[in-house]
Amino acid sequence: MEFDDELKLSRREFLIVGATSVAASTFPSVLNAQPVPEQPPLVSKASFTVNGKLRQLDLDARTTLLDALREHLHLTGTKKGCDQGQCGACTVIVDGRRVVSCLTLAVMHEGHSITTIEGLGTPENMHPMQAAFVKHDGYQCGYCTPGQICSSVAMLNEIKAGIPSHATGDLNAAPQLTPAELRERMSGNICRCGAYSNIVDAITEVAGRRA
Amino acid sequence: MKSFTYERASSPAAAAAAAANIQNSKFIAGGTNLLDLMKLQIETPAHLVDVNGLALDKIEATPQGGLRIGALVRNTDLAADARVRRDYAVLSRALVAGATGQLRNMATTAGNLLQRTRCPYFYDTNMPCNKRVPGSGCSAIGGFSRQHAIMGVSQACIATHPSDMAVAMRALDATVEAIQPDGSTRNIPIADFHRLPGDTPHIDTVLKPGELITAVELPKPPGGTHVYRKVRDRASFAFALISVGAIVQKDGTGRVALGGVAHKPWRAEAAEAEMPHGAKAVTARLLAGARTTHDNAFKVPLVERTLASVLAEAKEMKS
Repeated sequence: MEFDDELKLSRREFLIVGATSVAASTFPSVLNAQPVPEQPPLVSKASFTVNGKLRQLDLDARTTLLDALREHLHLTGTKKGCDQGQCGACTVIVDGRRVVSCLTLAVMHEGHSITTIEGLGTPENMHPMQAAFVKHDGYQCGYCTPGQICSSVAMLNEIKAGIPSHATGDLNAAPQLTPAELRERMSGNICRCGAYSNIVDAITEVAGRRA
Repeated sequence: MKSFTYERASSPAAAAAAAANIQNSKFIAGGTNLLDLMKLQIETPAHLVDVNGLALDKIEATPQGGLRIGALVRNTDLAADARVRRDYAVLSRALVAGATGQLRNMATTAGNLLQRTRCPYFYDTNMPCNKRVPGSGCSAIGGFSRQHAIMGVSQACIATHPSDMAVAMRALDATVEAIQPDGSTRNIPIADFHRLPGDTPHIDTVLKPGELITAVELPKPPGGTHVYRKVRDRASFAFALISVGAIVQKDGTGRVALGGVAHKPWRAEAAEAEMPHGAKAVTARLLAGARTTHDNAFKVPLVERTLASVLAEAKEMKS
């Protein structure tokens, strides 16, 4: 690609192109935190379903599920924040349960069914949680939003399944849908812009609709 | 992350044998602690044995009236199990006091016991740490040691064990079941499972190379009122400064285990004789011989006050 062509691209397009070209080069990138291999990478096969589609990949065994989704499948809706399990931006749903995709290897998900933000809804046909985040302005910069939405969708199912939290009063009763419960259960998703109160409003609306 | 070979284990015995035969092997289950440490090259295994496919994810009643918790039971499922919530509430409470919903969905029972310390100097590869690089020195001693241990410490290490679950397991007198590379099994009382740092703080537990945890067994329910109180800098998703797991009987007797004060869950059965006499008396014996630093001396009164609050809460819950 010529430099002039690059200038015409939007920043978002440039990032996507940049990520693609990195895969074919030996230069490290801020987008790909894995260091340059000191020995030829040990390749493993991984096959799992992503948003209903079977995907088969030959991967360096070190590839996290997050990097497999973003760098290999180009599903960049899932975000890399801290890459150490503290921020929740990379939250996806695996076999119905929310996990942080940065702290798990892609090869550990043989046969699993993975849902990312792209699988929950589209701009034309949004998931109710996506619509509620838009309606309640549950974000500012939006970087944590895909993780917040995947997390909250799975979290409501955890409440429904009777899974207790630190905010649950009576361990032997069904957990309640209080703001304190929602805040505690969403503590693994950090929003640096501080949109928390609007996020709670969005989740509360969806939870109320389902109940 | 350093390159490694990867295999999926077909049985617990095969997993143990593989880990013993291939140098510098590690088991991986939830991966939430191991992968974090591998990214920082604090852990650099040459081979990973993925044990997730092993059928060790059941919680079963034992003939003795207790529960046998498979090594791969996820923290979420253990906390939510109806029998655990009813009969071992201190364990449910401890589990949900730790980490986040996402991490509890991934983290396993065995992995929780095998967590490495969260000492910031263990994580900082630019600083000496005897746990990370044996013989390199301890940066916490003389450093910023607000989070560090006050009991069972050594000149080599003042790190704490970060688990909440293990504190409840200690109060419940759990037993760790493990399989050796030769296929034989052994049971390790939780009290003996984690080591004190001594001169070898890089060794956290008594497990031998290749030895794989297959289950954790709880004896029959102890009855009483169960409380787990965690004191931390944030209301959620933070490691304990100190934590108290308590089981209090109607007559005021009971058990107390502490988190955040030592290299292992801290319990002294002799101190529990003082329970009817209140928190001050218990703490005096439980924390006898405490070795504090300027930064963490607050933990002694904090334990006493938290225990007083826990005992008051237990009394209220009973009435």
